[in-house]
Amino acid sequence: MSATHIERRRARRTPGHIALHLALALLVIYFLIPFWWVIVNSSKDSAALFGGTSALWFAPENSYVENLKQLFTYNGGLYGRWLANSALYAFAGGIGATVLAVLAGYGFAKYTFVGRRAGFAILLGAVMVPATALVIPTFILFSQMGLTNTIWSVILPTLLNPFGVFLMSLYARDVVPDELLDAARMDGAGEFRTFVKVALPLMRPAIVTVLLLSVVSSWNNYFLPLTMLVDNRLFPVTVGIGLWQSTASTYGAAGTNLFSLVILGSLVSIIPLIIAFLSLQRYWRGGLTVGALK
Amino acid sequence: MTASTTGPVRSPGQRRSTTSPGPETSSTTGPVRAARRRRSTTSRQNVAGWLFVGPFGIIFLALLVVPIGYALYLSLFQKRLIGGTKFVFLDNYLKAFSDPSFVDGVWFVIRFSLVLIPIQMAISLAIALILDTVTSKFARFSRLMIFLPYAIPTVIGALMWGFLYSKNFGPIADTFAAFGATGPDFLSNNMIFYGLMNVVTWQWAGYYMIILYAALQGIDSSLYEAARIDGASQWQIIRRIKIPLVTPALVLILVFALIGTLQFFNEPQILQQLAAGAIPNDFTPNMYAYQQAFTLANSNYSSTISFALGAVVFICVYIFMFATRKRGNFLS
Repeated sequence: MSATHIERRRARRTPGHIALHLALALLVIYFLIPFWWVIVNSSKDSAALFGGTSALWFAPENSYVENLKQLFTYNGGLYGRWLANSALYAFAGGIGATVLAVLAGYGFAKYTFVGRRAGFAILLGAVMVPATALVIPTFILFSQMGLTNTIWSVILPTLLNPFGVFLMSLYARDVVPDELLDAARMDGAGEFRTFVKVALPLMRPAIVTVLLLSVVSSWNNYFLPLTMLVDNRLFPVTVGIGLWQSTASTYGAAGTNLFSLVILGSLVSIIPLIIAFLSLQRYWRGGLTVGALK
Repeated sequence: MTASTTGPVRSPGQRRSTTSPGPETSSTTGPVRAARRRRSTTSRQNVAGWLFVGPFGIIFLALLVVPIGYALYLSLFQKRLIGGTKFVFLDNYLKAFSDPSFVDGVWFVIRFSLVLIPIQMAISLAIALILDTVTSKFARFSRLMIFLPYAIPTVIGALMWGFLYSKNFGPIADTFAAFGATGPDFLSNNMIFYGLMNVVTWQWAGYYMIILYAALQGIDSSLYEAARIDGASQWQIIRRIKIPLVTPALVLILVFALIGTLQFFNEPQILQQLAAGAIPNDFTPNMYAYQQAFTLANSNYSSTISFALGAVVFICVYIFMFATRKRGNFLS
């Protein structure tokens, strides 16, 4: 290592940078503490949970296996069913929303049709309407139609993703050249074939982003399924854990066993998300930051 | 768009031939064919465009326009014990805006937004600025960890914090007890405001940070060098270059934070059981609407609350946009 190199290195490690790193370390601790608490406390049985063991460290006896067994057998294996429901709602809703968003985004970006400008303006307005605001009106409409308490009452509203359409249209406008589409048309390809063969491969990164964002947002949804569903065998895992938690709190000491299950259930339900999030980072960032850079 | 597709057809020679038809018959058929072809391209554009946008359009109508329209319609009626359902025009709205449950809920979410959002934005901006300055492996790792809560369902986030706050098994009570003091009870009547604020900040700060960080990374670094040559300090660069240039992104996320916070539901709903008594059923307007729709099956009044809340959100966003109009927001 040359002298100048060392010097440059030393110059970088100014007291200012050390302070900034210290600040970052404190922030990381703050943002990770809840995860740490859940990891530690899902290893305890209810006696250790309520007994004098430290809240931020493991109990002498580790009951992960015992708790896991209980989690998946409690109430006839209801928890496993909730996980499966969550996966069904997330993938059916997420894939459907993505297909609609890709088609509509491409349509808005690459065709001039009557009502395009007005349609796009309405779409931009709809991006500002949060899904939460639509839950109660949709519930009232669905209950008139007898659709509540079915899987459709959760999947159908998830298909609506104006932000996905917006993202796809921005992306299609930037990456799909008109010349390429015209060339495919000259060769006699129909509009849909042109879309599938030429545009789709170019749009792939944005498709993955929209798919990821819609799958995760429907996996995380709570207000919608809470309102729509009554039958606990149809619950997704978020509503299920919420139910157990409120049962455990209501029955106090009698529900203490349930607390261990709620804690471990929380941990198990976020593991798929954390894996998806860590392994597909670049797609997340691409989709989240598009609004900021425009 | 139309110009580019019909470009080759509309050559100047052909245009001249329409005004003064030449002796050859072929030149008169030229423009006719061109016009026909132009019409067929635009109609093809029309049909194909609508076929692509149509499926989403149907979902948009069925799940956004129709529910909103139906709720608006319902909000104009009242179900009475005697005389059945009756058209009452704006009576429900008058009732809502004089109903303490609704009005107090609205004040709560407005107060909550006013305290929460500036703090949340300041934290997110500060973290984004730190991460923009420090480039090390640890900084990259921190960025990921700070963003992690965004991937977690709000329900689970609220639950985890609820456990941490809990007197039975939370570390706060333990830690303070070790020093012979009583810790703050974030689930009590007085402290629930701050307890909820912490949960929401924890959940969303990383998301806002990533957006601001991306905006900071998008700034041309030659600006910093020019400023440094002019003798600007690090702090001056932050104040005079970085913050003004990320303001559009900041305004954008502020609007989304405002819209989201006024619709507050998940976190208080989850903490309701753990915080005995501190969170009533009409804590936020959305919780009240949920109670009216789900528990009391009062669709008329519940629709009214949803709509009245929508109106409040609209007014708040409008005031905010008006207040920040000079800062170059994304609509101007």
